[in-house]
Amino acid sequence: MLTKRIIPCLDVKDGRTVKGVRFEGLRDAGDPVALASRYAREGADELVFLDITATNQKRATLVALVRDVARELDIPFTVGGGIGTVADVEALLLNGADKVSINSAALARPELIDELAARFGSQCIVVAADARYNDADGWQIYTRAGTHNTGRDAVQWCREAAERGAGELLLTSMSNDGTKDGFALDITGAVSRAVSVPVVASGGAGSKQDFTRVFQQAHADAGLAASIFHFGEIGIRELKEHLRADGIPVRL
Amino acid sequence: MEIAVIDYKGGNVQSVLFALERLGVQATLTSEPEVIRRADKVLFPGEGEAASAMRELRAQGLDELLPTLTQPFLGICLGMQLLGQHSEEGGGTGLLGILPFNVIRFPSAPEYKVPHMGWNNLQALRSPLFEGLREEDYVYFVHSYYAPVGDYTIAQAEYPAPFSAAVQYKNFYAVQFHTEKSGPVGTRILENFLKL
Repeated sequence: MLTKRIIPCLDVKDGRTVKGVRFEGLRDAGDPVALASRYAREGADELVFLDITATNQKRATLVALVRDVARELDIPFTVGGGIGTVADVEALLLNGADKVSINSAALARPELIDELAARFGSQCIVVAADARYNDADGWQIYTRAGTHNTGRDAVQWCREAAERGAGELLLTSMSNDGTKDGFALDITGAVSRAVSVPVVASGGAGSKQDFTRVFQQAHADAGLAASIFHFGEIGIRELKEHLRADGIPVRL
Repeated sequence: MEIAVIDYKGGNVQSVLFALERLGVQATLTSEPEVIRRADKVLFPGEGEAASAMRELRAQGLDELLPTLTQPFLGICLGMQLLGQHSEEGGGTGLLGILPFNVIRFPSAPEYKVPHMGWNNLQALRSPLFEGLREEDYVYFVHSYYAPVGDYTIAQAEYPAPFSAAVQYKNFYAVQFHTEKSGPVGTRILENFLKL
């Protein structure tokens, strides 16, 4: 039976992981390879690396990072963050990334999704979408780290991305991100029902029960989180044991 | 031991090379018929779309060479599908014709997203390729098309109906999942293949 996936997300800048990572037994918490290997051993199903480097060397450092990670890691990983061209995607895939996620570039020019899917196959093209809720418009898609409202309806955009060839959607609720109040079940469920490709839920995870809810009530295919894993608040193995006890299929 | 990994612009070959490297094995990425023919083991990874992969194989003459190989051969993911007769993908394409199956698309259903992406368990294992594995061990899949179960099936998985997770005919072994991305279970399968 296909299992629900648990995905830790690592923010990287200039080839190093950033945001505090408090892990015992890691000699260097900024080393993405060491951290990735640790998560893999603990039972992570995949990893996501989100590159927040904003320099001219971005592409070179990201390609080098992907190579280092791929050399060590024996589980799949996705790379995202400011990736905008076919050439960028090709360089990352050739160096060992399993999937590449695009966000703003797809919103600026949706045809990019078609081009990438035709060239590399849908299986490695993830569209990341950041949604925020307001009472007047409902769930809308934002860019530029959640500061700019594109005016696009979240469900419609996700449906379009899937129809254009995205093989997976990474849906982040900006309204929930960082709150630890749980995933946005309504929009995650609405998107999951609207598309026929897998949906990764992101934003708001604070407890094991939040993962149970997003799988059982919103039909997410995977749950992604960052800080709760980095700070050791929830161990991946204990999370998966909790999910299994709740009747959710997981790889243990 | 000479190991050839076939290069036909078929996607994420780097991960396969790295997985072999982790096992302490140096492999050659090649599309040279002579290098492939004399290798002790041949790996045939693949991702992407069947019709364009077949075009690339034909352009390099590999469609003629591969069916004549006699050493242990391991197809991975699209590299498994390409061993069949025909695929529905991309409006339909002929394949290498080494195994008798036809490749068809998963029906899309609300509970069963396509691609079939993630960790699923292996069942009905019957091959030295799976020595040391247990029934229900998990491996990582990403695919939208599949080969049905037949006499050639040496492992199956369910999504929701059973399909071929691995196949074999003579020296041609192939797996639908990504051995190189399936953690310790996948590593064991690669090790087993190298011992064939």
